[in-house]
Amino acid sequence: MKIDTPLRRFAAEFSESRLALIGLALCALLLLIALFAPLLAPQNPYDPRALSILDGRLPPGSGGPEGMVYWLGTDTQGRDILSAILYGLRISLGVGVLSAVFALALGTVLGLLAAYFGGRTDAFLMRAVDIQLGFPSILVALILLSVLGKGVDKIIIALVIVQWAYYARAVRGTALVERGKDYMEAARCLALRHRDIVFRHLLPNCLPPLIVVATVQVAHAIALEATLSFLGVGLPISEPSLGLLIANGFQFMLSGKYWVSLFPGIALLVMIVAINLVGDQLRDVLNPRLRK
Amino acid sequence: MALFLIRRLIQSVIALFVVSLIVFVGVYGIGNPVDILISPDATPEELRRVTRVLGLDRPMWEQYGLFVVNALRGDLGNSFIHSQPAIQLILERFPATFELAISAMLLAVLLGIPLGMWAGLRPNGIAGRTIMAGSILGFSLPTFWVGLLLIMVFAVQLGWLPATGRGETVEVLGMRLSFLTRDGLAHLILPALNLALFKISLVIRLTRAGMREVLLADYVKYAYAKGLTERRVIFVHVLKNILIPVVTVLGLELGSVIAYSVVTESVFAWPGMGKLVIDAINILDRPIIVAYLMVVVLMFTVINLAVDLLYTVIDPRVRLKPASA
Amino acid sequence: MAAILAVEALQTHFFTREGVVRAVDGVSFEVAAGRVLGLVGESGSGKSVTGFSIIGLVDPPGRIVGGRIRFKGEDLVGRGKEEMRKLRGSRIAMIFQDPMMTLNPVLRIDTQMIEALQAHERMSEAAARARARDTLGLVGLPAPDERLRAYPHQLSGGMRQRVAIAIAMLHRPDVIIADEPTTALDVTIQAQILFEVQRLCRESGTALIWITHDLAVVAGLADEICVMYAGKVVEHGSVDQVLDAPLHPYTRGLLESVPRRNRRGARLRQIAGMTPSLLDLAPGCAFRARCQRADAACEATPPVAEPLPGRSVRCFHPTVERA
Repeated sequence: MKIDTPLRRFAAEFSESRLALIGLALCALLLLIALFAPLLAPQNPYDPRALSILDGRLPPGSGGPEGMVYWLGTDTQGRDILSAILYGLRISLGVGVLSAVFALALGTVLGLLAAYFGGRTDAFLMRAVDIQLGFPSILVALILLSVLGKGVDKIIIALVIVQWAYYARAVRGTALVERGKDYMEAARCLALRHRDIVFRHLLPNCLPPLIVVATVQVAHAIALEATLSFLGVGLPISEPSLGLLIANGFQFMLSGKYWVSLFPGIALLVMIVAINLVGDQLRDVLNPRLRK
Repeated sequence: MALFLIRRLIQSVIALFVVSLIVFVGVYGIGNPVDILISPDATPEELRRVTRVLGLDRPMWEQYGLFVVNALRGDLGNSFIHSQPAIQLILERFPATFELAISAMLLAVLLGIPLGMWAGLRPNGIAGRTIMAGSILGFSLPTFWVGLLLIMVFAVQLGWLPATGRGETVEVLGMRLSFLTRDGLAHLILPALNLALFKISLVIRLTRAGMREVLLADYVKYAYAKGLTERRVIFVHVLKNILIPVVTVLGLELGSVIAYSVVTESVFAWPGMGKLVIDAINILDRPIIVAYLMVVVLMFTVINLAVDLLYTVIDPRVRLKPASA
Repeated sequence: MAAILAVEALQTHFFTREGVVRAVDGVSFEVAAGRVLGLVGESGSGKSVTGFSIIGLVDPPGRIVGGRIRFKGEDLVGRGKEEMRKLRGSRIAMIFQDPMMTLNPVLRIDTQMIEALQAHERMSEAAARARARDTLGLVGLPAPDERLRAYPHQLSGGMRQRVAIAIAMLHRPDVIIADEPTTALDVTIQAQILFEVQRLCRESGTALIWITHDLAVVAGLADEICVMYAGKVVEHGSVDQVLDAPLHPYTRGLLESVPRRNRRGARLRQIAGMTPSLLDLAPGCAFRARCQRADAACEATPPVAEPLPGRSVRCFHPTVERA
């Protein structure tokens, strides 16, 4: 007889959607690509010595030096688009995931504390969350970046500040519900330290909505970073993300050299869609109201 | 009801003040805009003169006080670059952005709700699945990317619609609007669709989720038990219940639409507030940034208030207190 | 008296991922005009599904797989959607358990009553409103005009259920199926509702099927009782016959587990064991795991025995002592 643990049941329900499994596979693939980009790319697009400007703006499939094939064409500087995409994926994914992780940590801690201690702490925190969430993330990001300037670390800071509120609100909502439950009362009666109660008892039970928010936010962070880079206020040219690549190729769209923007765009698309597919199924599986 | 309104008004005013403070400190307090306006080999006297003219040498709190007083009079400073009142520049371009935003919201409602209802009613059919797959795409694609795609397909390849810019305008109630002319409409379609795509996907998913929940509800089964036609059950019983969360979200999203117009305006060279602000951020033209933020924040506050009011109209449970037995 | 509704060997199964759930597995009974049938059983006995099967509202993954439902002689199983719609609410009406969940919270009472009228008869809104008002007065609801303009959450539980009863009576149906209509109400309100319903049915000649798990309720209300267990009818008879001289061990167990007033200090009786899951029902009598009279014979499904006309039991070892 198979032992039906919650984890196994969760895995089984998640696997019901073929799309979600495809999404999961894609995410894994992209993660691997991001990690091993330097090994996989036929060319290092940021090493000026590897570039030949004469090879600029070549269509996909053209040949290059030493028998190398520019599978996806080249940009104005002669950079191989494929290599640029692989490196760009790395940066986009890296920035997205890192900012999401930090925002998750910050938001979770604040949300838990607000729910646990209640009263003025809670009211104050929720005011802050409400005010911040009242503004669209792009606006907040723009304000922050106009103040902070350019750079990878600044972008990550801006993204963290944009995102923490989503996590805080989600966690606080669940934590408030959980706080009223019996096991919390029991833990208090045992006079455990606050730290233990919050992190070892309350937190694990608040995970489901947190997971859902996290997947949505990673995709959101990646899209936001790409948008900001496209607008010119994002990552600097020395570390181009997919957004910047798309921006660089924008001017050539109208003259028919579509590949400079299109392929990085497709890469960005695949990444975001894969994450959203996974997030969708997670949300359906973890949503208590849809369970019959 | 009146008490509720007054309380919300006071809250909104407080929020406005807080935001203005944050904006002011953030924008004026950090960095030095003078550096951009003057050539690198300016003399220290010139530096001091410009600083004095722009009022940047006064202590921070004095600058803020002056700022607030001026703001209440409608004067948010002159643009460093254009030497015109910032507020005037922003308001000149407001109708264009507003027109774009409203068109996008209309599209979101007119396309999103029916599609979402269909996907909710027949979730396993081909149409239902396509709609949901499409909504995932619409949700995931960054706005600027979709804009590029739209231009590439409809303007470059097919040549049906113009690629950039705004069409002919007609003056209505003191505002220049373009959707009333054929040329204007042709120029409006792509940007509006671009801006709307994210919202349409959102509405589709919300509507479908609402359908799934509501269709399982007892009152739907009961409505069928009374012998009502499917049409009546769906379009009266189900729809009214779904509209409540959808309207709330949409109302709040109007502000977001106005903000994201920044992206669409950049892609389509639409002469709205957004393009102005992006340029301003890049060169640190602070009065423009501040004027933009204040206008937008004011709009959000008004919109949020309106949504709260609308909510009480639609959902009777909020408006009327339950009776005791 | 000719039966206005006759259910014959009805089978409604649910085809789920984990297997087939035989919610209703060979149920037969009849109701005559003006009579009240109590359909008694615990949760999971299939009584509610029987009700939904009659009115044709079984949700997927369930469907009627066998048997007949004869309404005025014509079979309802397999009838077209539009035909069934015309019957629902006008000839066969249903009252659900929790009126807070069954009345749409965002629509006014008058809207919900007028639409029920206009779905079956062409009438002006004014005429429909007048009819609605009259029917509300019929069920004993004071100040009907105010109630009509109200929203469901503005009424108390008892008032809402009266509204539901009124809606059921709007077209003077031939059969009303009431699915645990008093379970969600206070005991005192329960009694009032029972009284109203009984009076209405007697006066209008409507047949009533009252689905419940509470024997006390049917004792004062029903003319006949059907006891259901695990999807089958295990006993049927007039209310006096079933309550005074139960034949099936399960019925006897139910009666004995009712706390009596005159035995303080004595231990409460209960039926040992739990209701079986309808998912993997073994063949044979479904009650045998909990029955003290069970033996090897009970491994076969007991057939329906009819010792008297209108009196039946499904048991190899029926009890004959008086309760």
